[in-house]
Amino acid sequence: MEKEAGPEAAGVRLDDPWDDVPVSDRCDRDGTGGVAHLDAPAAAGPDPEPRAADIYLEVHRSEAFREVRRRYRRFVAPAALAFLLWYLAYVVAATTAPGLMARPVAGAVNVAMVAGLGQFLTTFLLTWAYARHARLRRDRAALDLRWDTQEMTRGLGR
Amino acid sequence: MRGDHQTLALLLFSAFIAVTLFITTWFGRNRQGSAEEFYAGGRLFSPMENGFAIAGDYMSAASFLGISGLIALFGYDGMLYSVGFLVAWLVVLLFVAELVRNCGRFTLADVVAARMAERPVRTAVGTSSVTVSVLYLVAQMVGAGSLVALLLGGTSDAARSWTVVGVGALMVIYVSFGGMRATTWIQIVKAVLLMAGAVALTVLVLVHFHGNINNLLNTAAERSGHGKDFLAPGLRYGGDLTSRLDFISLGVALVLGTAGLPHILSRFYTVPTARAARRSVVWSIGLIGSFYLMTIVLGFGAAALVGSAEVRASNAAGNTAIPLLALHLGGGEGSTGGTILFAVVAAIAFATILAVVAGITLASSASVAHDLYASLRRPGRKKYGEVAVARIAAAGIGAVAIGLGLLAQDLNVAFLVGLAFAVAASANLPALLYSLFWRGFTTRGAVWAVYGGLVPAVVLVLVSPVVSGSPTSLFPGVDFQLFPLENPGLVSIPLGFLAGWIGTVTSPEQPDEAKHAEAEVRALTGAGAA
Repeated sequence: MEKEAGPEAAGVRLDDPWDDVPVSDRCDRDGTGGVAHLDAPAAAGPDPEPRAADIYLEVHRSEAFREVRRRYRRFVAPAALAFLLWYLAYVVAATTAPGLMARPVAGAVNVAMVAGLGQFLTTFLLTWAYARHARLRRDRAALDLRWDTQEMTRGLGR
Repeated sequence: MRGDHQTLALLLFSAFIAVTLFITTWFGRNRQGSAEEFYAGGRLFSPMENGFAIAGDYMSAASFLGISGLIALFGYDGMLYSVGFLVAWLVVLLFVAELVRNCGRFTLADVVAARMAERPVRTAVGTSSVTVSVLYLVAQMVGAGSLVALLLGGTSDAARSWTVVGVGALMVIYVSFGGMRATTWIQIVKAVLLMAGAVALTVLVLVHFHGNINNLLNTAAERSGHGKDFLAPGLRYGGDLTSRLDFISLGVALVLGTAGLPHILSRFYTVPTARAARRSVVWSIGLIGSFYLMTIVLGFGAAALVGSAEVRASNAAGNTAIPLLALHLGGGEGSTGGTILFAVVAAIAFATILAVVAGITLASSASVAHDLYASLRRPGRKKYGEVAVARIAAAGIGAVAIGLGLLAQDLNVAFLVGLAFAVAASANLPALLYSLFWRGFTTRGAVWAVYGGLVPAVVLVLVSPVVSGSPTSLFPGVDFQLFPLENPGLVSIPLGFLAGWIGTVTSPEQPDEAKHAEAEVRALTGAGAA
């Protein structure tokens, strides 16, 4: 995963204070912080009256957006499959194979205890991994796209 | 329980009520006119605040007293619940929190209706949201009545009825006058109290066993009367195939249902950005996870120190395990320490109930006003302000919950929470996930997904052993049982997804490419988010 780090990852500030300020408070930001990912047809294009829907379609087709979506899906799909299967296996084992689950591991601790605590541990680990992945690999690119899109749709009818 | 417990516990109850009413008036002073303020509390809570509030909304008295009680009685099988309740948050974190924050304004229906014909979708999702909330609410109200009666010793019907009425009245006051802002602060206060109480008791249990977990588990197994079986699964759900399937069904409903609970989803709108929504879920997973780890220690601690037999003698469902454990840890019956700890635990349980019902009432009033009223109002009629409707809806829902709570008082309603999760997983989750991730999803698909999950879930419960045909049923005298499982999730969740798929592929309507593009761009980037 880490080797995919794109050029923008280098410049990511982990705790960008802008990220948690609502839109209305920062609409006048001049955009110098963002990387221009998109052509801006709305700015001065020949098209007289572009609709918001066209802009969303265009952003949707852009490589920058596809990259954000790809990164999100590539992390979430396998992670979700893994934890759902692991949980299902745990519940099914607990209800159908009590003999296996009762096998002692160390002292009073048996396989069932280890598996149960393992569920807690994997939940914490996956939470950490997801938050880290999203912060380092998606947040900046998504924020840039957000500004660009809002810049283009500002003042447009639908 | 004895008089001095009661006095102190009542004092602490009153103190908590006073604090919450102060919060309500303080935050209700002004800025209550806008929908933004009433439903979303101004959207400026920090991730940490919202994380505590989410944890406060989620950790009900059922988890605090119920799960540790189950562990005290049935050992390992009680733990299965806590695992399900926690793992569920991964679904919320990965699929729901950020995208819902970006796409919606106040309710679940906002997200689903974004690229559909608004009216039918809003009506359907609003209906299922209100159903989930009311089921959950009635379970909490009945629980509150019996809990307070149990903790205060007055098991008379009058005391229970007045508790139900009082809890109902308080939650309506919090919601109608304080809106989301006051409700959030009440959740935060409650979450802090609950965590502090759980930490204190856990530390006392661990100190008692000198930090030796092995010793704790062995003593618990010994005093439970089940020996080593107590530490392995099977005591409660290990019977025949039906009871095993039943637990799998409940486990699936717990994990998938959390992401469809309206009062959890509405919490993501109280923070400014999707990133903040994600960080609040990370906070809440930390809090909820450590809380459930502590309930495991407390449950085994109660079995080891109080003994399963004594817990069962006090309350057959094990709900008094933690109060009894507190009494024991404080020095036993009659000691000052025991009295104080007992009263504190009772007050925390009470605070927990009040906060949870307030959160659910707010979410359901939002569903009524923002979804049902907005889509069902006859055009021509006088239009009332949405917030005014929401306040009235909160009172109406409170009245319904009090009424049902009083009616169901003597019935065995333990299945209601499981049913609420099952409906959320069967009706809300398919509609939500399809609309977020399926390009071809259509209006008919959304409506079918909701009703195709909601109707089977409710009907299957009506013909299940929880309603008739078994000694523990709602109506033990009659028998129209057709479906063997108590929890419908295993059947109704796939039906919900299937109905959504069939509805979509048979739909004459072409999916709107532009609207899908807009929804996806907004979901993943936050462009144009409220």
